[in-house]
Amino acid sequence: MRVPILKQSQYVIASIQSALSDEELLQLRDDLAHDVGKYRSRGVIIDVTVLDVMDSFAVRTLRAIAHMIRLRGAETVIVGIQPEVAFAMVQLGLTLEDITTALDLEEGLACLNQQMAAGTRHVH
Amino acid sequence: MSTNPRMDARGREESVVPISSSADIVTARQRGRALAAALGFSGSDLTLIATAISELARNIVEYATTGEIVLSPDGTAGRPGIVIIARDEGPGIPDMSQALSAGYSTGPGLGMGLPGVRRLMDDFEITSHAGRGTTVSVRKWLP
Repeated sequence: MRVPILKQSQYVIASIQSALSDEELLQLRDDLAHDVGKYRSRGVIIDVTVLDVMDSFAVRTLRAIAHMIRLRGAETVIVGIQPEVAFAMVQLGLTLEDITTALDLEEGLACLNQQMAAGTRHVH
Repeated sequence: MSTNPRMDARGREESVVPISSSADIVTARQRGRALAAALGFSGSDLTLIATAISELARNIVEYATTGEIVLSPDGTAGRPGIVIIARDEGPGIPDMSQALSAGYSTGPGLGMGLPGVRRLMDDFEITSHAGRGTTVSVRKWLP
């Protein structure tokens, strides 16, 4: 199933609805990289609340998505990582490195608003 | 159906999930999570078990192309738990100590695969023969 992507003012929001296969996650990556241009978005939120497993592939792909989105001129916030998933990620040694995370959608939006207000443009 | 339940010698249900695509990885970890929940595991243990299954199934797809994940209740240590066996007939692991050291990977993964799985579970056994495949057995016992 394709992850629905909603445009909300200057952001796009991808709400993952169910467990994703690798192909579906890669499809999300391609869709987001495209939609950021289509909607001229400054920020992307990926809501992973429903994911009960984030394995090495999922984490690596989310990192790749955030880096691609940054190259497209927008910022990404991953929201909704569940406490058990966070625990498993730490045990596995998986990190999101410099990717911004927030508790939930509301906090994620606040986070992006703050970054936009500060005019933050990361250079990497 | 990509899974077929069968009974082991003691009449307990085990399920075998054939692994040949990334969709099978999702099936295996959902099956494993359901069995673990039925056995009485809860909360973060369910997530740790499902994540370990995901990594093991991913190794099969990446290195051996096809194989299977066998999920069953475990009582070998005199305490209830779950055992997960990941079996393939792939190329095998040429340097075991290297594969079990953090940071090592010959595939597109993060190199966290086997050491990571070892940390997630209570017991970890691996046998591998060059050209004949790899079997990884992991266990987690009920707290």
